[in-house]
Amino acid sequence: MKQLLTFLTKEFHHILRDTRSLLVLLGLPIVQLLIFGFAITPEIRNTDIAILDNAKDETTRQIINKIENSKYFDIDRTLIKNDQIEKAFKTGKIKLAIVFQENFADDLLHTNKAQVQIIADATDPNQATTLINYASAVIMDYQSELNSQNKLPYTINTETRMLYNPQLKGAYTSVPGVMGMILLLISAMMTSISIVKEKELGTMEILLVSPMKPWFVIISKVIPYFIISLVNVATILLLSVFVLGLPIQGSLFLLIFSTVLYIFCALSLGILISTITDTQQAAMLISLLGLMLPVVMLSGYAFPITNMPIILQVLSNFVPAKWYIIIVKGVMIKGIGISQIWKELIILTGMTILFLLISVKRFKIRL
Amino acid sequence: MRILFFLLRKEFLQIFRNRLILRMIFALPVIQLIILPNAATYEVKNITLSVVDQDHSEYSRKLINKFTSSGYFKLANYSDTYNQALDQVEKDNADLIVEIPKGFERDLIRDSETKILFAANAISGQTAGLAVAYANSIVKDFNSDIRSEWISPPRFNALPLIEITASNWFNPQMNYKKFIVPGVLALLVTLVGFLMSSLNIVKEKEIGTIEQLNVSPIKKYQFILSKLIPFWFLGLIVMSIGFLISFIVYGIYPEGSFWVGYLFAGIYLIALLGFGLLTSLMAETQQQAMFISYFFMLVFILLGGLFSPIENMPDWAQYLTYINPVSYFIDTMRMLVLKGSSFWDLRFHFLIITGFAVVFNGLAIWNYKKTV
Repeated sequence: MKQLLTFLTKEFHHILRDTRSLLVLLGLPIVQLLIFGFAITPEIRNTDIAILDNAKDETTRQIINKIENSKYFDIDRTLIKNDQIEKAFKTGKIKLAIVFQENFADDLLHTNKAQVQIIADATDPNQATTLINYASAVIMDYQSELNSQNKLPYTINTETRMLYNPQLKGAYTSVPGVMGMILLLISAMMTSISIVKEKELGTMEILLVSPMKPWFVIISKVIPYFIISLVNVATILLLSVFVLGLPIQGSLFLLIFSTVLYIFCALSLGILISTITDTQQAAMLISLLGLMLPVVMLSGYAFPITNMPIILQVLSNFVPAKWYIIIVKGVMIKGIGISQIWKELIILTGMTILFLLISVKRFKIRL
Repeated sequence: MRILFFLLRKEFLQIFRNRLILRMIFALPVIQLIILPNAATYEVKNITLSVVDQDHSEYSRKLINKFTSSGYFKLANYSDTYNQALDQVEKDNADLIVEIPKGFERDLIRDSETKILFAANAISGQTAGLAVAYANSIVKDFNSDIRSEWISPPRFNALPLIEITASNWFNPQMNYKKFIVPGVLALLVTLVGFLMSSLNIVKEKEIGTIEQLNVSPIKKYQFILSKLIPFWFLGLIVMSIGFLISFIVYGIYPEGSFWVGYLFAGIYLIALLGFGLLTSLMAETQQQAMFISYFFMLVFILLGGLFSPIENMPDWAQYLTYINPVSYFIDTMRMLVLKGSSFWDLRFHFLIITGFAVVFNGLAIWNYKKTV
């Protein structure tokens, strides 16, 4: 026990001595959460658009006014000719062009029908769909003002309720995602690198010939990072509750229990990486290049898993973050109890055991 | 020149000697480029529905039919009460509840007005927003079907109507992969280049070989160039492989000129590698370099507009993207691949990225001290 304590002290010295790394380790979750909480929002605001008004009459002026006054759009430029549209898109800034046909007001008055064309930059198809919907809504709004005296007969009104997240805050998806991502990446990267570092610098031999059992060497490596991860969890939760206004509906104990389990899983993945690599660079490439994108894209955090092709849906089951994110969403936001997430907890436990078994098999006591 | 040549030989030898890393540099981007863009789909097509039909009338059935045959929605189950449906949402069996209250058909006929309720699982605001938008447009369609069925045409056309036609340029099939593949490719080139360069010099420091380089008659700029050139080639090779995969797997190729793409990537890589080398020079250990580059990569990527449009960010975040080289690269790749923008259209991107290249490499040369 005393030996373990000595080893632990050594590891803590290593970590505390390197203040820059420590700053990144503790500061990164904060920065990431704030970026997600405040910078990345799904709402459309002040998108630059172009207007081509071939009619230039009172009605089109009123509509353009309405568009300009909505918080969604900023009119970046007014075009005169049709062939300017493509150029405006190609230089990149505008995302939408609205074209009014000639004699717009006349047509509307006499034939009860006038045409407006909305052209979207569909480079990003989703954004294009959303923008077209918003622009149509503004124009339809003008139309219903026009028709306000005579109400349409046989109307089906719809009432919409947004469950769990009535203000549609982005934080509701990003907080579970950030937790899943940052705990996995930091824990896996940190442990793998710090073990491989001893190999690369040759100090591993010294550790292995010491009277400590080889496994205690690894455990003393893991414990400090486990504590750092716990600190990260605490900051993330405090920030999300007090700064981002996210509730913790379910049991805090259950949330922390599953988080600890997830950290174990990530740490054992780190140990596994360290047994298959020899240089810090290789360990880093695996944990960053190999883990970062799959965790972001296959965990169901950036993209809904149900929309993916079957093969990827199967593949996503191997990403621990997927299961953890389901747990966090359920416990934190929906407030469900252990009876509905026991399956996920068992899967995480199984993965942890699997990673550890493979590591034990591959761990070389002699170098 | 001769000195530079020998240094380059050393660097290339070191790169080729480490088979594991070499394999990873090429294999990981290839695998990820083949697999990941398939995951990136926001296309909403399988929204699961829990229907609470308390009316059980002809028109409530017609409406439900309209939902299920639209292609966007999949009927998960019928619930008897709203609370039962809520339970289904809680278990993740349903994304959207449609409640048709008792008297739906009767009110529509008698009062000319009736009501239905949508409740969406809004944990992901974006998905919920799209689901409700689709649901509303289905109801609107259904509504005008009823009107044209029940009202004689002349009375119906008496109101002024603005006809909106929408067209999607540059990607008329609304293919999300066309949007995501160039972005992921840009990201992978960035990760490879930056991770390799940011660890390189600091490794020589940690192992101690940097002193040998310091005492030899190598000029500062030769040293930096010898570190930069090998990774520059690696980056361009990874990009070429990426282009090849985009074409073979996804059928995506740049609408614009390849030359402009390579020219931009060439300058971008110089800027990026300069930043990586700068990180490497500032760091004391490989571990430190790693954490610092992890930090920058994450911030650059998150604010780079790969998944979330920059236009939607608040002003302060948009200003941050002006000093984010990654966002220029992602943007250029997309403009080139999807819009076929020309060199002239991209002139400001070129100007800014050249500025980055000069500043970062200047700082790197300035920061390399030949004393210990």
